[in-house]
Amino acid sequence: MCDSASSNQFVQKLDGYIDSLTYKKENLIGVLHYAQEIYGYLPASVQWHIAQKLDIPSATVYGVVSFYSFFTMIPRGEHVVNVCTGTACFVRGAEKLKGELENQLKIKAGETTPDNLFTLETLRCVGACGLAPVMIVDGKVHGRMNEAQDINEVLAKYRPEG
Amino acid sequence: MDIQLTINDISLKVPEGMSILDAARTVNIDIPTLCYLKLNEMHYNNNIASCRVCVVEVEGRRNLASSCSTPVASGMVVKTDSLRAIQARRAMVELLLSDHPKSCLTCAKNQDCDLQSLASELGVRHISYEGEESEFEIDKSSFSIVRDPNKCIRCRRCETMCNEVQTVGVYSAVGRGFNTVVKTAFDLPLHETSCTFCGQCIAVCPTGALTELDQVDKVWKALNDPNQFVVVQTAPAVRVALGEEFDLEPGTIVTGKMVGALRRLGFDRVFDTDFAADLTIMEEATELVHRIQHGGRLPLLTSCCPAWVKFFEHQFPDLLDIPSTCKSPHEMLGVLIKSYYAKTLGIDPKSITVVSVMPCVAKKYEAARPELAQSAETADVDIVITTRELARMIREASIHFDHLKDKEFDHPLGESTGAAIIFGATGGVLEAALRTAYEVLTGETLEKVEFEALRGMDGIKEAVIPIAGRDYRIAVIHGLGNARTVLEKIKAGESNYDVIEIMACPGGCIGGGGQPYHHGNMDILQARAAAIYREDRAKPLRKSHENLAIVSLYKDYLGEPYGKKAHQLLHTSYTARKKI
Repeated sequence: MCDSASSNQFVQKLDGYIDSLTYKKENLIGVLHYAQEIYGYLPASVQWHIAQKLDIPSATVYGVVSFYSFFTMIPRGEHVVNVCTGTACFVRGAEKLKGELENQLKIKAGETTPDNLFTLETLRCVGACGLAPVMIVDGKVHGRMNEAQDINEVLAKYRPEG
Repeated sequence: MDIQLTINDISLKVPEGMSILDAARTVNIDIPTLCYLKLNEMHYNNNIASCRVCVVEVEGRRNLASSCSTPVASGMVVKTDSLRAIQARRAMVELLLSDHPKSCLTCAKNQDCDLQSLASELGVRHISYEGEESEFEIDKSSFSIVRDPNKCIRCRRCETMCNEVQTVGVYSAVGRGFNTVVKTAFDLPLHETSCTFCGQCIAVCPTGALTELDQVDKVWKALNDPNQFVVVQTAPAVRVALGEEFDLEPGTIVTGKMVGALRRLGFDRVFDTDFAADLTIMEEATELVHRIQHGGRLPLLTSCCPAWVKFFEHQFPDLLDIPSTCKSPHEMLGVLIKSYYAKTLGIDPKSITVVSVMPCVAKKYEAARPELAQSAETADVDIVITTRELARMIREASIHFDHLKDKEFDHPLGESTGAAIIFGATGGVLEAALRTAYEVLTGETLEKVEFEALRGMDGIKEAVIPIAGRDYRIAVIHGLGNARTVLEKIKAGESNYDVIEIMACPGGCIGGGGQPYHHGNMDILQARAAAIYREDRAKPLRKSHENLAIVSLYKDYLGEPYGKKAHQLLHTSYTARKKI
């Protein structure tokens, strides 16, 4: 196992980032963020590579990855759709929004569409409570997502044309 | 600066920074603990306060304080025995038990389990909580250690031991909340990780989550197979610890009774790994002289400890040329039983079963290494059981251990000197080597055979010993974290040692992962070490080269030490492994 990371072109980018850090071991979470940005997810091979590079046990890296819900070991779709389930959004219908997304995308939260286009996830308060309920697509916040039609229009922007 | 506080109406002064728990113990006030474990001798301190069993009331504080992790403060008023504290402790244990298998009667740790004794001590009579129970797969992938995460109470003692003392880092808490459990990287089976199988995780696990792979039934089967000639050998450290399993004082030497029990159990021959320890000295000392005379790489590192061997294979794969090529003593004896001794008796080696009784769980893994076999069917050693497993066999056979008559090992592979017995304590291998090296190199008699500088519980001991006009720079190391420190220096070219002894377990084999549980009492290890040195002093011969059975073995069978035949039978090679 574990050798696929070194043959990957991404590895140079990741190594370059790690080399640029003054404090390496201390920056594990930052490194994992960066790696997930490049790879889209954190497979065991990438975690192992980071462990070697930072000179820490792979079990420690795995422990951190498993702890934070932001990190994923499963490949995600091209676009990540997040539903905020914080208190304000919850009160304003986050559950209904989540249900509608599951309905339109034909997947459950935590899953990826078969064409790898969308991954649906939930997260906690993003600080846009005034726009509740919100959904976040690839980091962009879309507010007042109460109507199926509005939700459909947002998703359509991320679908390939034609 | 000293801090004044009151615990249970007793006024006391303790140094700043001390925990409430330690402060209470200075005035003989006991607070129950579970996850907490402090072993000063090995710089081990697990005070993560995950179990909340040690909670106490602190005046003016709203919630209860975990006494293991809360430092004392000036004027603090502590109650350790208030009803609130007592009820909270019981509730904690009940919560732990609500997600713990109720199979205590058939658990390997039955009557040796900290959780079980705590439940009894706290008077838990029923479990008030019902809820989800974890379901994890049991990991039986390795030859040494069985992991049953269902019995894990998330105390993380194993993790602290593996990461901080041994610096192997196999374990980590994985997941969060109720789903948290101690696991390996990527949930790999233990056998596929860098685990050295030292078994120190087993030594500190409070429950049955970590135990040795039990081989007792395999031994019973061999003993009851009329076509098998079953030979047993016992390591030096077993005889100074086995008595503890039968309620004898720690440090009681039970060599004679142990041999008596093994005969009673039906072994055809009872041999002594000490014989092979003497043999190891002959081989390793000659190897050292050979390296010095032929410009070989120094330092020479001892190779008796299989956990240490696996450690350097994973962690320092570029240094594989410096450890001695000597097999470990029980492997040497195994191969001799199946070659030299089989020939003497005229028995087919395939019908011989060699059983090793070891203070160690890594020896189980070692025996399964494919290169430690003369052919695919004849491993040098067939079955390895720990001191604990031998005790179990003795109990199963209803043998009254303390009433056994003292018996002696069989000849010739049961002969040994005092130099061999000290292999069981840290520093012993080098002390034994020096006793022989001095006499061989100078041609003079060594009057004072005891090298005090090499004894004791310091993690890294160093000495310069002049022999025949040359200074020998030596080091004795126990604990893999200490080994790492020195190996990093060797790698960086910053060390000038000639020879280094390394043992994975704290204290050497007397503190092995297969020994009777010490439950955090390090005095037990000291008592075992003292017994080792007592046994050495009682031996008429105390230098390996004086062992007449060894002299005959070379004369009749092996030829020269470190010669061709010795190489073929007694030496081995190492494999670079990945760090996971």
